[in-house]
Amino acid sequence: MTETAPDLDGLRGAAAPRNHDARTIAALTSNPGCARRGVMDAAGVDKDLVARELGFPAPFGQSQFAITRGNAFEAQVKADGCAELLTLLRERLGLDVPEVAYDDLEVVAGNEGRELRHSRTRRLVARALETGEGTLFDHPLLRLEIAGRFAYLEPDVIAFQLAGRLHVIEIKSFAVVDGQAEPEQVAAAARQSAVYVLALRRMVAELGHDPGRVSHEVFLVCPENFSNRPTATPLDVRPQLAVLERQLARLTRIDDILAELPGDLTFEPGERLAESVRAVEARYAPECMSGCEMAFFCRDEARACGSTGALGRSVRDDLGGVDTIGTALALADGSLAPSDDLAETAEQLRTAARLRAEALEGVA
Amino acid sequence: MSALSSLARLEAAAAGVARPLATVRHCHVAEAPLVLVPLRLAGEAAAPLAVLAGSAPDDPALLVVPQPRNRDLRFAFAADLAKLVLNHIETSRGEVEELPPGKEGEERIRYGDAPQLLVPNRGGVAFLRMLGRSTRFRSTEGPYAVDPAVPVLGRWLTWFADRYDHPGSSLLGAMTELLRLHWATGQSSLEDGNLAALMGWIDPPDGLDGPAAAARAEDPVAWPPAGPATDPTFDNEVLAPAIAAYDASGGGARAEARLRAALAGQLTPTWDLMWRAVEVLRGLPEGASVPKRWERDRDAFTYYHQTFGEAYPQARRDSPVRAARRLHDLERAQDAYDAQRAFDDPLVMAEHRLAGQAFGGVVTECDPARLDETGKRPKLRPHLRVATADPVRLDAGTTVCSAARPALKGRIVEIGGGAVLLELTGGMGRKLTPEPGVVPEAGDRVCFTSLTDGSFGMAKFPDREETPWTHGGPPEEYVPTHEDAEEEWS
Repeated sequence: MTETAPDLDGLRGAAAPRNHDARTIAALTSNPGCARRGVMDAAGVDKDLVARELGFPAPFGQSQFAITRGNAFEAQVKADGCAELLTLLRERLGLDVPEVAYDDLEVVAGNEGRELRHSRTRRLVARALETGEGTLFDHPLLRLEIAGRFAYLEPDVIAFQLAGRLHVIEIKSFAVVDGQAEPEQVAAAARQSAVYVLALRRMVAELGHDPGRVSHEVFLVCPENFSNRPTATPLDVRPQLAVLERQLARLTRIDDILAELPGDLTFEPGERLAESVRAVEARYAPECMSGCEMAFFCRDEARACGSTGALGRSVRDDLGGVDTIGTALALADGSLAPSDDLAETAEQLRTAARLRAEALEGVA
Repeated sequence: MSALSSLARLEAAAAGVARPLATVRHCHVAEAPLVLVPLRLAGEAAAPLAVLAGSAPDDPALLVVPQPRNRDLRFAFAADLAKLVLNHIETSRGEVEELPPGKEGEERIRYGDAPQLLVPNRGGVAFLRMLGRSTRFRSTEGPYAVDPAVPVLGRWLTWFADRYDHPGSSLLGAMTELLRLHWATGQSSLEDGNLAALMGWIDPPDGLDGPAAAARAEDPVAWPPAGPATDPTFDNEVLAPAIAAYDASGGGARAEARLRAALAGQLTPTWDLMWRAVEVLRGLPEGASVPKRWERDRDAFTYYHQTFGEAYPQARRDSPVRAARRLHDLERAQDAYDAQRAFDDPLVMAEHRLAGQAFGGVVTECDPARLDETGKRPKLRPHLRVATADPVRLDAGTTVCSAARPALKGRIVEIGGGAVLLELTGGMGRKLTPEPGVVPEAGDRVCFTSLTDGSFGMAKFPDREETPWTHGGPPEEYVPTHEDAEEEWS
């Protein structure tokens, strides 16, 4: 790890490293084979800045109406030492929460340093596990090893201790109407919560306890129907945890990727930025658009070389893994003789082309 | 997705313009559909911000909630929208058709036409559903009284959203989905969700090709999003200051006019696009079974309209029997819709041919007068050999029918050597010689498939009062409550 560290700092240039958050980690696992993203995230490069410098700004602006609503809802739930939250846990979920202690770990003795905050989080969690002291821990600072490097996590969640077990509570401002919420938003929340559960489990294991003491059941707190009244829903994130653990384990090792790259590579803004970015291979898929700041640049690159992946994963799958549009069309019209491993795909494509032509004959 | 539609995408990408996925139109397009382009306030579940609505391209009505967080203004908006939508519903009924009486002699009628709502995308449908949910339980009396039209609107919107889930229904349409049913673009399906980009591929403006038009459509300044979500930059730089100015002026007319102008600027490009898309769809010849499906839509509309006064608002959650019946209806509709589209459209049938569930080719041998004399009475059983290069995945003994004339039925006798031997079994008349022109002759192009239209019939479901204990027993009767009527909408 120490060998790659200077390289990674060099990649970032003079800029300060950017923190991972659960969103970036969850997104990382959705495209684990992308070396470009892996390297840039590991080095803490400001991808948003890089994308802007390259002329492909990421359209991830947030409306102030949404931000205001989210903050107001969170403040309301957490007001007066999380009074509303506790009412919810006790009455709605029927949990027997005895006396309550609320610890905010956002600032430690006026110091916002990450190391300090992390060690305080550790201390309080250790105490909670050993003595059962403490109930709600707001803004814990966790860390997770990503591709051989530690990433600090700033979860906007509360760790909740009940009868010696820890639960993650996530506050989201999307509405739950008649017990149903938008599936994409719930899925995103579940993926993020899984990251926190995993980070918390790693910490518990490091402290010498059973990681199973961090529950796979998280509590999602959302506004109910069209009101501002919060409602809590238990959410089992075991499937997301399994995916996350598997993807993190097989994330391409950053060291291996770095070994292939020129030693003077840097993502500092400048004339050579585009060249540097292109030197690290990307694996673009349309899903990148929803999570990665580099998506527009990578899409442009993928389209320029006629990649079938730019049309979507399902298209690429239908084509039996043929990488470029030109090759697929040449196989379809028979102008390119397929290699043995593509014989079946080519046959399918030729039949499809013939059937399309036949059906369109009468029209054109 | 199939290899066929994926290939169409590749062709589109190479050609720089959309390629057809259908040779006929598979949806009904009304003469005067009600086009709705709704916008929602970011971060809220169903806080309407504005809607542009109307049944003619040059006559849009702009409704705006100048302060979306104000409950009274929101209900005033809902009441205005209600008048507009309900007017469309009442004027789209057409003449009443008298139908033959039902099994128990009851009178049956069907409206000659039905209303059609068109929104830009699936988000628009979801928004109407939410708006329906948030207004249909409202009370028109008591301390939280709303305009009587509001709950009526809520019930109708809920009904439209419900029909949207019905495969083949054209009562509520999401324009992006209607277009994607007929064209493949050279971009991913994610990007097809942007109406402007999709139309850029299908009908690029002069001097641009598909990719260039789609790229331009991704600039939120040139092409504001088609809603219901707004462009965050517009929210922060234009909308927020305009709403603040409206608040500061105490609801002043000039501040409101400025706000309306800003929102109109966001909505008008999509409005124009919607009508262009309607024209593009009208340019396709209508599929043969579209009128039949529209008739089902008219039946559903007639029933809901006729029983509106006796019914309660739709439940938040379906009761077990209703849910089971609905699922069954949806499955039947899907099955019929898939089959009908294939029979209507050779390009859709090509998908089934590629999958091996249909085959097409030229008749090489034909014995039209062949009789099966093994039984007591001779039966007309012509033989037909069809040469085909299709990857047929049907077994001997399978019943098939002609794609051109589904009444003509047959049975596969043997498959092999690039040919299928068929024994025709029905649809040739009652005599021992086939009706003239019914049995294909040698040299004719034919297509046979194992698909059938409406392969499974109606299932029987218990009455509500007979809900079995496995499904919780009979559900409680719904009684409107104050809680429903007073539900917060903040």
